[in-house]
Amino acid sequence: MSNLIMETKDFSFTYAGVDAPSLKKINLPIEKNKITAMIGPSGCGKSTLLRAMNRIHDLYPGNKYEGEINLFKDGKKENILKLKRENDLIRLRQDVGMIFQKPTPFPMSIYDNVAYGMRLADVKNKSELDDRVEKALQDAAIWKETKDRLHTSALGMSGGQQQRLCIARAVALKPDVLLFDEPTSALDPISTGAIEELIAELKDEVSIVIVTHNMQQASRLSDYTAFMYLGDLIEYDKTDTIFMNPSQKLTEDYITGRFG
Amino acid sequence: MNRLLLNKIILVLSTLSAVIGISFLFWILATLTYKGVSSLHLSTFTQDLVNGGIRNLLVGQFTMALIASAIAVPIGMFAGIWLREYSNQNKLASVIRNLSDVMMSAPSIVIGVFVYALFVAPFGNYNGFAGVIALTIMMIPIIISTTDNMLALVPKELREAGIALGGSKHTIIVQIIIKAAKVGITTGVLLSFARIIGETAPLLFTSANNQFFTMDLTGQFPSLTVSIYNLATYPDEESRQLAWAASFVLTAIVLIINLTGRYMTRNKK
Repeated sequence: MSNLIMETKDFSFTYAGVDAPSLKKINLPIEKNKITAMIGPSGCGKSTLLRAMNRIHDLYPGNKYEGEINLFKDGKKENILKLKRENDLIRLRQDVGMIFQKPTPFPMSIYDNVAYGMRLADVKNKSELDDRVEKALQDAAIWKETKDRLHTSALGMSGGQQQRLCIARAVALKPDVLLFDEPTSALDPISTGAIEELIAELKDEVSIVIVTHNMQQASRLSDYTAFMYLGDLIEYDKTDTIFMNPSQKLTEDYITGRFG
Repeated sequence: MNRLLLNKIILVLSTLSAVIGISFLFWILATLTYKGVSSLHLSTFTQDLVNGGIRNLLVGQFTMALIASAIAVPIGMFAGIWLREYSNQNKLASVIRNLSDVMMSAPSIVIGVFVYALFVAPFGNYNGFAGVIALTIMMIPIIISTTDNMLALVPKELREAGIALGGSKHTIIVQIIIKAAKVGITTGVLLSFARIIGETAPLLFTSANNQFFTMDLTGQFPSLTVSIYNLATYPDEESRQLAWAASFVLTAIVLIINLTGRYMTRNKK
């Protein structure tokens, strides 16, 4: 527990207009520069937990957070559930980026897509923007395909390219954590392979949390795995342990495909 | 065998119905074109109504419709944006949405009467402002509904993606969401403009009509549609010919605006 980037402490979450909490007292560490996978059947709360980590739930009013989610940055610990002002939330989201299930390119050029977050963060210098756009596209392994058409619309790219563009867009902000919400479930196997390779390479620069329905993906990619069921964190351990030698019967039943 | 027979009967019936519907439409268009074009002269466009032309009528009709659009488009768009993006779909939002839908299907003559009572009767004379107000009232709910519906088509992930990159809500709405819905909203604006440019009832006893060229909105204001209504009932051949010419021009204008709108939507895909 020495090198954490985030952690949740007795974290509970209740959606607006619902009585029962969707997440119940979750205690989950997120190791720095590692890949943490969250698995579990639909409705187990894994996406809900992921979406709490950058407070994207706040887009919809009336949800209730309890407990703590801490972000460790520059040796300081900050409970992100305490953030109130919009500017603080914006800063949080610059530190904790997110990639969605469906690719979400904005209706603008490839260059502007990647530069968008930086412009929001007040990076105005043209040559700095150029450099960071190129670096981000290289990091997302899509520079070769895009360098000759940076100023064409991003909507003309294939699904897999669009998803890598979204990753480039998030990486360009130099976040501490990247949250992936089933990033390959809308993609074909070849694009999926490319994205997985990319995620594995990214962990040198950024800590990664990935929600996935695909257990092979979790076992291939991640260093740590959290298994969730009906709003509870059932088991968290090194990925090898979870898949080879789980301590909970429920975990074993799920990964061997007996339910879920 | 029965199924095949039934299939044929239905096919014949539906084809027949389509042919009947379309032939009436073509009949109207053909008559309009034939009578309209034969009554059209260069002087039709250069003279005012008092001299047997429609110049002042075209200018008047467009002036009122454009001013109405200039008022209705921003109001309708902001209302639509509020409904879709800021209301969180609360009670007030559903009340406004329903009211707007009711207003959209309100008979235009009713809007005319309403405006007459408020903006004509108290002043004692027909005036262009009243016409503009009536057209604005007609247009606002159409713009609200278009904006609302087009924004609803933008996937919520796009909003979330913008927020997740560190944007504030209004920045994302202005820079991304409206941009994503731009074509649909523009088309809606064009189609609603085409709708109000051809309206007669809201103008009939608000701005009424004027034979002379004027830009003075405090008095009776020239209108193409009201003129068609008047000219068509006059006994003399010249007036009726001018009514045909004016109808043809109006139809052409509405058709062109509509086609532009449709062309834009098709290019989007």
